[in-house]
Amino acid sequence: MLSNEKKKRWICLFVENEIGVLARVSGLFSSKSYNIDTITVGTTEDTSVSRMTISFTSDDKTFEQIKKQFNRSVEVIKVVDYTDIPIHMKEIIFIRVNHCSEKDKTELFRIANIFDVSIVDYNYTSVILECTQTEERNDALIKLLQEKFLNRIEITRGGVVATEAIGISNS
Amino acid sequence: MKISGAELFVKALKEEKVDTLFAYPGGQAIDLFDALYGEKDIEVVLPRHEQGLVHAADGYARSTGKVGVCLVTSGPGATNLVTGVATANYDSVPLVCFTGQVPTHLIGNDAFQEVDTIGIMRSICKYAVTVRKREDLGEIIKKAFYVARTGKPGVVVVDIPKDIQIALGDDTYPEEINIRGYKPNSDVHTGQIKRALTVLKNAKKPVFLIGGGVNIAHANKELTKLVELTRVPVITTIMGKGAIDTQHELYVGNIGIHGCYAANKAISECDVLFSIGTRFNDRITGKIEEFAKNATIIHVDIDTAAISRNIVVDIPIVGDAKNAIKAMLEKAKTLNTDNWIKQIKEWKNDYPIDMGEEGMTPQKIIQKINKIFKDVIVTTDVGQNQLWTTQFLDLNKNKQLLTSGGLGTMGYGLPSAIGAKIGNPKKDVVTISGDGGMQMNIQEMATAVVNELPIIICVLNNGYLGNVRQWQQMFYNKQYSHTCLRYRKSCEKACSNPNKDCPIFTPDFIKLAESYGAKGIRVTSEDDIEKALKEAKNNKKTPTLIEFIIDREVNVLPMVKPGNPLSEITLDFKEGE
Repeated sequence: MLSNEKKKRWICLFVENEIGVLARVSGLFSSKSYNIDTITVGTTEDTSVSRMTISFTSDDKTFEQIKKQFNRSVEVIKVVDYTDIPIHMKEIIFIRVNHCSEKDKTELFRIANIFDVSIVDYNYTSVILECTQTEERNDALIKLLQEKFLNRIEITRGGVVATEAIGISNS
Repeated sequence: MKISGAELFVKALKEEKVDTLFAYPGGQAIDLFDALYGEKDIEVVLPRHEQGLVHAADGYARSTGKVGVCLVTSGPGATNLVTGVATANYDSVPLVCFTGQVPTHLIGNDAFQEVDTIGIMRSICKYAVTVRKREDLGEIIKKAFYVARTGKPGVVVVDIPKDIQIALGDDTYPEEINIRGYKPNSDVHTGQIKRALTVLKNAKKPVFLIGGGVNIAHANKELTKLVELTRVPVITTIMGKGAIDTQHELYVGNIGIHGCYAANKAISECDVLFSIGTRFNDRITGKIEEFAKNATIIHVDIDTAAISRNIVVDIPIVGDAKNAIKAMLEKAKTLNTDNWIKQIKEWKNDYPIDMGEEGMTPQKIIQKINKIFKDVIVTTDVGQNQLWTTQFLDLNKNKQLLTSGGLGTMGYGLPSAIGAKIGNPKKDVVTISGDGGMQMNIQEMATAVVNELPIIICVLNNGYLGNVRQWQQMFYNKQYSHTCLRYRKSCEKACSNPNKDCPIFTPDFIKLAESYGAKGIRVTSEDDIEKALKEAKNNKKTPTLIEFIIDREVNVLPMVKPGNPLSEITLDFKEGE
C-alpha cells in the first residue's frame, strides 16, 4: 500500500551523456513541483553514459510517478531506487571557518580529528575543512560548527554520490 | 556517395514512407526546402501559420494512423509550433517536427531567429533533440520516427542547425534502430488478465470505461466483440468516443462533467470498473474520492505512469489495448447483466441529453450532420461546440471524431479538418467550431481553398466565448467578463444582457469565406439546416462555411459542477436557482 508519509528518497539514474539531459531530468522534478535536495552527475566507465545520484523528499505516490516518468524517458537508460537498499554513500563538503582565534584553531583541529575530516588549508585567521562523510554525519558536523562559530562559517556542499553495497548489509 | 544533410533528410522521409509534409519555410530551413524542390513523392502542404500547420499534421495523423510530419524554420517558426506540439502530445498523436536552427557555431550567441527550441519543447513532447553532427543525422531521424509511433505515441522534435543541413556526409539511412533507454512494451501480462477476468466474472454491475487508447490502438473491432461476448455496458471518455458504435445497444454514453446522466450514474454505482486506455483525467472523475467508490478497478494502459496516478487501481495491466482485449477475448465469458443493463436503459430513457424543441439548437444541427454524412471525419474546435459534438455526434466504423481532448486547444478545428481531408480525400470532412475558435486559425481558409479541399466548416455563432460565458452565468453571478465577441468600445463596460440591439458580429463570416474563394451560407432557421448541409456536401470544389446563428445564451447540459461527485448531476439550469 502506498503511504502518504513524506520521506527522504535516493535514486540513481544512468542517462545518455548528452547536452540537455540534466535539464530534462530536473525539468521532470519541477513539472511535478518537487524540489531536488541534492544531485550529482558524472560520466561512467562508458563515456557515453552519465550517472546521476539524486535525493529528494516525497510521499510514495509521487515517488512512484517520478520513477515511472524517468523509466519512460528516452534519455534515461536505467533507474535504480536506492531508498531502502544497502549502499555506500558519501558527500563532500568544504567548510571555511573565518575570524578564528588561536584557541578556535586548536578546537577545530581537535574536531577534525574526532570527526575524521581533514584540514586542507589555513592561514592566521581562517581554516578550511574537507569532509567526505555520509550526509547525516556531515549534517551533525555542520550543526556543531554552527553552534560554536555562528556567522563565521561558509559551507560548500557537494551533493551525494552513492553506489550499491556488495558485501555488507548496511553502510 | 556523399550527400548533404538536406538530401539525407529527404531520403529519410521517403524511407519512412512520408507522403505528406506540412511545411513553412524560413531562413534556417531554406536548404531543407531546396532539397524538396520538385520532389514528386512527397506532397508539401504550405499552411498560412505554423500553428495551423501543426494542427493540420495532427489531424492528418489522427485520421490516417500515420506519423504526421512538420517542417518549420528556427525562432518564431519553432515557437509557433508550441501549442500544436503540446496539443498532439497530450492526446498521444504521433508527430515528427523538424525545426531549422542557426548554424552550430552561432548557437547560444542570440543570433537572428535563434531560440533554444529543444529547451522550450522538452516538457511538452515525448522526445526532443538537436542534431549536433552531420554523421548523426540519419540515426536521429530514424530514432524520431520510431519513438513517435511506438509505445504511447507522441511528438518528437528534431532541431537541425543550418550547417548540418549543408554539410556533406554519408548517404545511408539506417534500417533499424536500437535505443538503450527506450524499450516500449506492448505485451500484456497474462496473469493479470486472468485476475481481471476472474473479478469481472463475478460482477453484478460491471462497466467498461473506454478512453482514447482504444482508438489509438485501432482495437474497435476487438472491443465490440468483447462487449458483445461479455454483455458488459460501455461508457467512453471524450477521447474514447467512437471506440464502439454509438448506436450499439450496450453503449451508454460519455462520462465526465458534461457526460450523460446514465453514464455518470453507472460509473458511480458499478461494482467492477474495467477501464482501458484512459488516464482518469479530472474532467471525467468529478470529485475523486467519490469516483466509482464501490468498484474494483481494473486499468489497462500502455503507459505505466498513467496507472494509479489519479485513482488507485486494484488490478493494473500494462500493455497495448488491442493486445489486452485480444487476450481477454480468448478467456472471457458471458455475464448475466440483464438487470443492470435494464437499469442503465431506464436512466437513459428518464434522463436523456436533450436541448428541447425550441429554436435552432446545436443538437438539431449535429443530428442533421448525423443524418446527412455517412462516411465522415468530424473535427471540433474547443468549448461548447466541442461538448455538444461529443454529446450528440453519432460515430461508427465509418465516422471518426477528432478533438483536442487533453489540452483543449481553441483553433484546432479548421486546420485539423484540413489535415484530415488531405489524408482522406474520399471521405467527407466536417469541422464544428465556434465563432471564437474559428478566428484563432481563420487564415487556414486559404490553405483549404488553394489545396482544393471541399471541407465543410460549421460555425456555431453565439457571439460569445460560450463555454466561459456559461461558467460566468452559472458560477460567477452572471458577470460576463470579457467573453462577448460582439462587444464594441461604445458598449457599456459591464454588460451581461445580450439583446437585439447588440452591435453586429465581426467578421462577416459569409463575406470572409467568399473573399477566400470559398462558399458561405448563413443559416438562421432550423428549417434551413438540412438544405445548407446538403449544399455543402455537394460542393466538391471549394470549402463551404456554414454559419449557424444560434441562441446567444444556450448552455451545455447536463453538468457536474466543479468539486461535485459524478452522481450529482445538474440536469437543468435556470438563473436565480
